[in-house]
Amino acid sequence: MTATSRKMLEQEPGEIELLLPWHAAGTLNERDARRVDEALARDPELARQYAVIREEYAETIDLNESLGAPSARAMHKLFAAIDAEPARKPRISRNIAARFTGFFATLSPRTLAWSASLGALALLLQAGVIGAVLVNNRPASFETASLSANEPITRDLRAATRDLTAVALPRALVRFVSEARVADVTALLDKYQASIIEGAKGGMFKLQFGNRAMSRDEVAALLSRLQNEKIVSLAVATP
Amino acid sequence: MQVLYGRHHVRVFRFGLRLVRDEQVAEDLVGEVFLDVWRQAGKFEGRSAVSTWLLAITRFKALSALRRRRDVELDEEAASAIEDSSDDPEVAVQKKDTGDALRKCLTALTAEHREIIDLVYYHEKSVEEVAEIVGIPENTVKTRLFYARKKLAELLKAAGVERGWP
Repeated sequence: MTATSRKMLEQEPGEIELLLPWHAAGTLNERDARRVDEALARDPELARQYAVIREEYAETIDLNESLGAPSARAMHKLFAAIDAEPARKPRISRNIAARFTGFFATLSPRTLAWSASLGALALLLQAGVIGAVLVNNRPASFETASLSANEPITRDLRAATRDLTAVALPRALVRFVSEARVADVTALLDKYQASIIEGAKGGMFKLQFGNRAMSRDEVAALLSRLQNEKIVSLAVATP
Repeated sequence: MQVLYGRHHVRVFRFGLRLVRDEQVAEDLVGEVFLDVWRQAGKFEGRSAVSTWLLAITRFKALSALRRRRDVELDEEAASAIEDSSDDPEVAVQKKDTGDALRKCLTALTAEHREIIDLVYYHEKSVEEVAEIVGIPENTVKTRLFYARKKLAELLKAAGVERGWP
């Protein structure tokens, strides 16, 4: 007879036994989860109790999900009450990082997994949309019979845009990761001799790199380097 | 505020409803909770998850509502006396549906036992978070859930459902 079984017979719950419900819900820390897994592997009585807990867990979720939701009346009443409250100045948190932490901590493991997938999808979609907009907004180009496919395209571009040098200046829309500190961003701007020429619209900054025109290859290399920076989550060329 | 409400109002409502057992009162609770949140948003320091903070406020307001109704001492007898149009556990078992019986017995637990089971299983709260919401030491959280589960097993046994524990 195992120690856990003896404890169960004596009606004294063991330390690991007490943690089983949290193990079923997936809310134990890594260390405790490992301890419980090891105990479950060596104690069949404990494993049997765990199966019972899994059943309770599923039915509790089922029961709660069947409870419905408050009516729209509750929401209207709440926002009417808020509107009736005296006007207040918005308060700026002194600890934005803590609020971010709090926000993500509000998501359950199930929700968090879904949110991460949706976030990644949204990022890809956004990159796609930005790319499509840039392609559609690109100034019309033309080909001449004299243009050889092997000739560097930059020479002709320079000729074609002689009076539009501003367009050729390398610019990019950049989104920084949420953990990026001001010092990190400043260091990155110094490193690339870049300056922010437009604010954070939709979380993207418009950056200009240096004061000279670059070839397509140079711009592509620049964007590639930028994209590899730890604090950059997205970098796309922009006119 | 709308985002916060949209994200959390259903869980706040369900947690409140399981405590007060009255949809109208639970709906009023939702309004009171979020109005409080709006008024006290500046006090939230981010030390705990927003949902933990919301559930703690909901619990406090639910207990106040129960006190107003003078049935804060809601015990098993009172719980079983609450009208419920669905089958009782015995009938559910006759229907060979252990799940139904289990849900019925979950409803028949005391408010104290219901809240701890809901917080751990449905709201996915850790030991520390439950301790914060309910205002009891972490060891008490663990033992309270254990005895809530034992009580659940007793109710099921009385209804003719043997699950091999305890």
